[in-house]
Amino acid sequence: MSVVLSIQGLTKAYKPGVPVLKGIDLDFDERGLTAIIGSSGTGKSTLVRIINRLVDPGDGTIVFKGEDLSRIHGRQLRELRRRIGMVFQEYNLVERLSVMENLLCGRLGYLSPLKAWLRRFPQEDIEHAYQLLDVIGLSNFANQRADSLSGGQRQRVGIARALMQRPELLLADEPTSSLDPKTSVEIMELLKSQGEDNKIPVLVNMHDVELAKRFADRIVGMTGGRVVFDGLPSRLTDDHLKLIYGGEGWLQ
Amino acid sequence: MVSHELTATPLMSRVWQRHTLAQKLSRLSLWLLIGVAVLLSLSSISVIWEFLWDAPEQMADMGSRMWPLDFPYYPATVHAALLETFHIATLGTLFSMVLALPLAILAAHNITPHAGLNLFAKTMLVASRSVNSLVWALLFVAVFGPGPLAGTVAIACRSVGFVGKLLGEALEEVPRGSIEALKAAGATQGSQILYGYWPAVKPAFWSIMLLRWDINVRESSVLGLVGAGGLGMAMNAAIDLFQWDRVAVILLTIFAVVVIGEVVITYFRRKLI
Repeated sequence: MSVVLSIQGLTKAYKPGVPVLKGIDLDFDERGLTAIIGSSGTGKSTLVRIINRLVDPGDGTIVFKGEDLSRIHGRQLRELRRRIGMVFQEYNLVERLSVMENLLCGRLGYLSPLKAWLRRFPQEDIEHAYQLLDVIGLSNFANQRADSLSGGQRQRVGIARALMQRPELLLADEPTSSLDPKTSVEIMELLKSQGEDNKIPVLVNMHDVELAKRFADRIVGMTGGRVVFDGLPSRLTDDHLKLIYGGEGWLQ
Repeated sequence: MVSHELTATPLMSRVWQRHTLAQKLSRLSLWLLIGVAVLLSLSSISVIWEFLWDAPEQMADMGSRMWPLDFPYYPATVHAALLETFHIATLGTLFSMVLALPLAILAAHNITPHAGLNLFAKTMLVASRSVNSLVWALLFVAVFGPGPLAGTVAIACRSVGFVGKLLGEALEEVPRGSIEALKAAGATQGSQILYGYWPAVKPAFWSIMLLRWDINVRESSVLGLVGAGGLGMAMNAAIDLFQWDRVAVILLTIFAVVVIGEVVITYFRRKLI
């Protein structure tokens, strides 16, 4: 399988001398769900956010489908971001817009602001949005305002918005951390199945080790800004978890 | 046991005080300072005591001159002047909206991450607010000559600072998350403003505009005192001619307009939010 995303020697420091990422080397194939686990503050979020450049990288290269995206900006950056979908912990919907409008937000990169303002979206986009609403089971909610939805419903809208981009890579920054256990499982199922159906790699950054083991095809464990485990979920042992999270009392 | 340990501490030492000695002293000196300031300002406004003692009599006299009200004066002159006041207030508010929108966007540091532009916009907004409507009207009467045009531009110039400041602050309080999501989808700055910022500030925006329109109706009713059109012009003429019965009609009109405006605006604001 060919490599879609290749990260080499990536570092990042928000404050000089306090590195958050200390040299990350990771390659991602064109399929499969990768869970990035690690305790808070180890740079998981930073890593995911650097990939679509919501955070600027320090040293190193990030090559996405043959294009180094670590130094691009302006129009080039916007065009890159259109190809990468992102799901957020706090859903980040536009609260006062309808569910349909929130989905169409995923197409904003392809439309002039004026056309977007006048809601002149191509018919194709609107049909795609209705299809995705069926997929996430919210067909009857198209015209409801996003702030009237529950957490799980919001996150499903967030995923549908990312899929509206027809992304070539799907990133999710702690998508289940604000949700209850049952909804978390449903959200992970949706991310996994959509990744497979659309034949795109999915990168999920998460806290819940059991959930990661259950859904991931590959687990990346991080601690202190470095990758300390990278492999199949079945090979993740308690020793690895001790290394990733520190201590062992919590494992009992 | 715990209770033993508690009684072991002598009760006398557990006195609770709201203020320490230093706080008491500083509070006392603050009160003294306020007292001195009041006395000083009283002595500097040079009250003419004869006139002050005379005031109740004068008020009664003016009241009697106002009564009975000259109601036929309303359809003859006041009504047209009232409409002019409305036009000044409404057009001025609309103009200020057009001018304030770009300034508010430039002043909001989350949309315009450029300290120089922020400072420029904020300076413009402060300049607009630092000059009273009446003073703006005096300036524009000198430029455009007396009449409603001067009043309209004066209202617009004064309102820009008000609308721009409040709208800029509303923009700065828009949650970062939704904007980040639009950015991640590759939306341009323009789309981010129209799809992310605008829906979030829309209720605040209309609320600010309604409030400013309400203020502008009241302000434009006095702008005529300096020749900038509207009710004030009629009032000025009536005062100059000592026609207190007509002045009373105009004052009553302003009062009625403000009350009706309050009711209407409260209704719309509730519908909008």
